[in-house]
Amino acid sequence: MFDFLEGYDLLGAFWVTVQLAVFSGIGSLVLGTILAAMRVSPVPLMRGFATVYVNVVRNIPLTVIIVFASLGLADIFGITLGAADDFDALSFRLAILGLTVYTAAFVCEAIRSGINTVPVGQAEAARAIGLNFTQVLSLIVLPQAFRSVIGPLTNVLIALTKNTTVAAAIGVAEAALLMKEMIENESQLILISAIFAFGFVVLTLPTGLILGWVAKRVAVKR
Amino acid sequence: MSGVSVTKETDDARPASGDLVVLSNVNKHFGALHVLQDIDLTIARGEVVVVIGPSGSGKSTLCRAINRLEPIDSGSISLDGKPLPAEGKELARLRADVGMVFQSFNLFAHKTVLENVTLGQIKVRKKDKALADEFARTLLDRVGVANQADKYPAQLSGGQQQRVAIARALAMEPKVMLFDEPTSALDPEMINEVLEVMQQLARDGMTMVVVTHEMGFARSAANRVVFMADGQIVEEATPEQFFTNPRSDRAKDFLSKILHH
Ligand SMILES: Nc1ncnc2c1ncn2[C@@H]1O[C@H](COP(=O)(O)OP(=O)(O)OP(=O)(O)O)[C@@H](O)[C@H]1O
Ligand SMILES: [Mg+2]
Repeated sequence: MFDFLEGYDLLGAFWVTVQLAVFSGIGSLVLGTILAAMRVSPVPLMRGFATVYVNVVRNIPLTVIIVFASLGLADIFGITLGAADDFDALSFRLAILGLTVYTAAFVCEAIRSGINTVPVGQAEAARAIGLNFTQVLSLIVLPQAFRSVIGPLTNVLIALTKNTTVAAAIGVAEAALLMKEMIENESQLILISAIFAFGFVVLTLPTGLILGWVAKRVAVKR
Repeated sequence: MSGVSVTKETDDARPASGDLVVLSNVNKHFGALHVLQDIDLTIARGEVVVVIGPSGSGKSTLCRAINRLEPIDSGSISLDGKPLPAEGKELARLRADVGMVFQSFNLFAHKTVLENVTLGQIKVRKKDKALADEFARTLLDRVGVANQADKYPAQLSGGQQQRVAIARALAMEPKVMLFDEPTSALDPEMINEVLEVMQQLARDGMTMVVVTHEMGFARSAANRVVFMADGQIVEEATPEQFFTNPRSDRAKDFLSKILHH
């Protein structure tokens, strides 16, 4: 029944999906945190930049961002991320860039809602003992903000894992591209779809369960 | 460095008596609201000043202006002879010299009691962790919560939390302590344990500015009562004078309200 799978590198394709998700996950957590810090900073220019970034980026379809990364950045501006001659590596990196830039906007908003749960009084008390803005943020506000938004962040990361399929649009050999290829060549349409659906559930379900458990463990008691 | 003294007093080579906090002609607006109007107030080293007045009179704003949590529009505030610096490194250092205790405790909820008291020492004063721990335990012992060191703030009663907050402020070895209604969020049975700690501090010679309506504390610990109304200092007197024989009508009116209810 599964004979038709022969000749396809199913695991290899999902491995690319995992890599896309992990690298863009890390990238968007870092960029999203920086953006969230900018959104609460006392410097109007930084606040303005982060606000515009979030409102622009989260309203553009991911496909457009990824295709722009490929056609715009690479082909027109010649930005090759250190992989000028290797087409596969280049689209892989551009896909990570696009996913990171896009997901960071959602990470930023999740973290910002977490920042709003931290009582202002604590930030004031922190300033009152002489901590500077960066210290107040990194020692008092963000650690509590993160703990309160692990749930929403989990949703963002699960959405990111599924969004990696858009990388197929610029030829990254991840799971969705392989699925498309298999559907074109084989007749088991439903079975193929089921296999890929199952594959994504296997990737995302543990993420949700583990982070749910972590969220309970680190919750700040008030 | 002069080399004469290696203690932390080197910084304060000016006359040891003298004025520690000087506000002159301070004005502050919130939009159209003139919250601080031409405030002149001088607090001497070791003095305990109680600030009293109706709600909205600007008492909290005054406290917050002294460590510049709230910027002022005009006038000047100086601490130990130095004017308050603008935002930045200098200001952070100044804030560390001014301890502040809030009505709502504001302990760091994700840190243990001990960590609350060591954080500033380590990150601002750059103290060694072991030394910071030791000093923190001494302070926690002094305010009577030594046995709670490893708990989280939410596991403590309000009175205990406020005493930890006092220890956290003291850990910075401040020159002056500001208290903004430190007991008004507490259940009645916990008020005294906090007031006792404050009284002890006053006896130890700490310079203190205390916003409170606790007359017992004012009478027993304060050198001076400052009565504020509508953003102005209306009256200054010794506690005895103020409570038994207030001069201004505003103060008489206010006292009659807090005395009979
Ligand atoms: N951040 C702010 N923005 C606008 N108005 C403010 C702000 N903080 C305080 N005010 C207003 O300024 C006035 C003085 O406030 P302040 O908190 O200093 O009074 P208070 O004497 O401490 O009163 P209370 O006894 O109620 O604590 C009040 O009318 C208050 O509404
Ligand atoms: Mg107040």
